[in-house]
Amino acid sequence: MIEIKNISKSFGATKVIDDVSYVFEQGKTNLIIGESGSGKTTIMKLMVGLHSVDSGEVLYDGLNFPTLGVKEKQEVRKKIGMLFQGGALFDSQTLEENVRFPLDMFTTMSKEEKLERVNFCLEKVQLTNKNNLYPGELSGGMKKRAALARAIANSPQYLFCDEPNSGLDPKTSIVIDNLIQSLTKEFNITTIVITHDMNSVVEIGEKILYIYKGKHWWTGNSKEILKTTNPELVDFVFASGFMKEVFNVVKK
Amino acid sequence: MNLFFHLGRYFILIKRVFSKPEKLSVYFKQIIHEIDNIGISSLPIIAIISFFMGGVITIQSAFGFTSPLVPLYAVGFTARESMLLEFSPTIVCLILAGKIGSNIASEIGSMRITEQIDALEIMGINSAGYLILPKIAAGVFIMPFLIAISMFLGILGGYVMGIATGACSSYEYIYGIQAFFEPWKLYYSFTKVLTFAFLITSISSYFGYYTHGGALEVGKSSTAAVVYSSILILIFNFLLTQLFLT
Ligand SMILES: Nc1ncnc2c1ncn2[C@@H]1O[C@H](COP(=O)(O)OP(=O)(O)O)[C@@H](O)[C@H]1O
Ligand SMILES: [Mg+2]
Repeated sequence: MIEIKNISKSFGATKVIDDVSYVFEQGKTNLIIGESGSGKTTIMKLMVGLHSVDSGEVLYDGLNFPTLGVKEKQEVRKKIGMLFQGGALFDSQTLEENVRFPLDMFTTMSKEEKLERVNFCLEKVQLTNKNNLYPGELSGGMKKRAALARAIANSPQYLFCDEPNSGLDPKTSIVIDNLIQSLTKEFNITTIVITHDMNSVVEIGEKILYIYKGKHWWTGNSKEILKTTNPELVDFVFASGFMKEVFNVVKK
Repeated sequence: MNLFFHLGRYFILIKRVFSKPEKLSVYFKQIIHEIDNIGISSLPIIAIISFFMGGVITIQSAFGFTSPLVPLYAVGFTARESMLLEFSPTIVCLILAGKIGSNIASEIGSMRITEQIDALEIMGINSAGYLILPKIAAGVFIMPFLIAISMFLGILGGYVMGIATGACSSYEYIYGIQAFFEPWKLYYSFTKVLTFAFLITSISSYFGYYTHGGALEVGKSSTAAVVYSSILILIFNFLLTQLFLT
């Protein structure tokens, strides 16, 4: 479980995150949704310490992360898997080396065990037999999936995914969503997923935090979000004609 | 003000670079890779430049020493002294600052802007140590060898071109390059090389590591890396020369 309490962050004079509090529960897929530029990525980076909070607390199972020392932070981070918005794969390494990287760094596994684990992870994200390709040889969607494989390689307790299915086709997108959800259940992970894909929201939104202009605006789950009357959220959810259609059918 | 900001941040970074590595075997592999990347790949350019510069220095000094009072072996002596004291340790290091410096800064800079450094940090890895320590270690290890090769090829170039153009005779040149040799001058030369190797690799890493923005900024970092490495090489060249030779 990760709890954020009253976190705020400004870049220069602009307040990007304004007093946001929320509890991300273990064993659930916790979603952060909102328009682009609303501060979703910033919240995630504040939680993992890539940005420092101006005020507020980030509690990893009770441990206040921003106040920890360098070594203690590293200990927590070894339990974190993170999928960056742009993938952030290591260019100079093959897919296999990328996924194996956390294992090389932090485990005492044998070569065979590592290879087995790497292949297992690659299979999960449907990249079997792509071991020897370099990130430059992958499409955008493949990079995302490879990055997800790396994020889950060392069995994290906390999984952060920044827009895991932007740039994916709808079918693969659902595969990835389901994968994230099943990993969450199977290993009882605290999973946080940033998305603005309504499909994912409906599919895996067990807990949803809606951010509007850096503020905590609405919380609920995938059932409640379709019945919302919050005007900004209604605008966000039913921005597409397709969703409006769905909504009208559901209402009848 | 700006200078002190950079100095402070540079030393903080260096301190992080030299904190205890997570896993030695991984670092070792990186160092081998960097020795190849920084050192071996620079050999051809160094070889060509040194050979020709040695040749030209020899021809020029033979051309200049027309007075009957200057002994003919002075040509070989001059070629040796110039290569050993200044050309190989300083000028070749300046050339390497251009080649290695821009390479390091753009590599680390592009890792910064594509969040690869953040990815390392998130995994609980000291990114400064992981990325920079192998480069400094490899540079400090391999550059003395490169410079030694440069010295040898420079003197050889002088011999080959000197004879080929008739600027001096084989006997005089060989006598000249052995005359009045003072081994302690090699300490001076290689102290310079080690210092410059550290400056080039650490300064370039610094500019790469603190890149912000996009591809344009990576280019700027890489330029800054070359400019500042070169300036600091010149400053330290002056300081070390004062220290050793006066
Ligand atoms: N490092 C930074 N420096 C300055 N401004 C930033 C930085 N990172 C993000 N911002 C700003 O913060 C706002 C929120 O960005 P972000 O969290 O990336 O949004 P998103 O919800 O699309 O992920 C944007 O207006 C962005 O310009
Ligand atoms: Mg974002």
